Amino acid sequence: MAEFITFFFGAAIILAGAIGVVAARNAVHSALFLIQTLLGVAVIFVVQEAHFLAAVQIVVYAGAIVILFLFVIMLLGVDKAEDLGVEPIAGQKPLAVVLGASLLATAITFVLVATDGATGVGSADPERQLDSGITDIERIGRVLFTEYAVAFQLTAALLTIGVIGAVVLTRSLPTADQLDDLEPASMDLPSLAPEGANDEHHVDAVDEDAS
Amino acid sequence: MILAELALTPPYYLVLSALMFAIGATGLLIRRNPLVMFMCVELMLNGVNISFVAFGADLNDVGGQISVFFVLVVAAVEVVVGLALVVAINRRRADATADDVSLLRG
Repeated sequence: MAEFITFFFGAAIILAGAIGVVAARNAVHSALFLIQTLLGVAVIFVVQEAHFLAAVQIVVYAGAIVILFLFVIMLLGVDKAEDLGVEPIAGQKPLAVVLGASLLATAITFVLVATDGATGVGSADPERQLDSGITDIERIGRVLFTEYAVAFQLTAALLTIGVIGAVVLTRSLPTADQLDDLEPASMDLPSLAPEGANDEHHVDAVDEDAS
Repeated sequence: MILAELALTPPYYLVLSALMFAIGATGLLIRRNPLVMFMCVELMLNGVNISFVAFGADLNDVGGQISVFFVLVVAAVEVVVGLALVVAINRRRADATADDVSLLRG
């Protein structure tokens, strides 16, 4: 019973937030609604006794990813309201709603036809079974670092590639004007000469001016 | 009293997951701000995550939760690269919407 109430509470939070993300005119409001949705998903994870994932959901999504979104929104200054009435492609919005609704209908039909839930078979290995006595975080740790060790290391490579990609994409390359300034003709400026090379000459010049 | 006999079976989670996925997909098609489109992709990913955990719990297998873990990592990388693209495009043209990227065509 308590499970049921928590589930519907979480589902209401999720759906209200999801509709808010899509309908909010301001990108900042969308980001805040996204946090609401992600916290609702964490509630649903707790109902399903996936406590580790609930914690990770809050730390990684609400704590890191949405903050990154907000950073970019503020950095670019695109936090002004978007006119949702503009339709560059005629009939885009009704078509999108129809497509979304048909997607939903298809998915729900599949779910309701298979009312017995998952038709597969769980692993017979006690190491993978969720109800074999140890907490879910210990269970995930044991399986992740044995059976899925290679995949885990590949995600490490993926993260590294992602970071390098972000740096390469956002690095500011010199513009054409700046490149012209670096032409060899303009390279012999005094400031670029070796340090101290012109000191004596400069001192002489100052002396001459003084006399 | 009828409620007391109901159990939370997988279809509850799967319908919620389908709703979330459909809302995200509709938003992706409606919105033109690339940042909001990324948020809608996050909605779709999270909808699928709920399904993964529900199936894993139903089959008493930790594989569902492991899958969610990997989806989280991939989603984080996707956001980092995607936002870097948004920043790079905005540097060239402020106020760019997703439609303006069609200027990329040859």
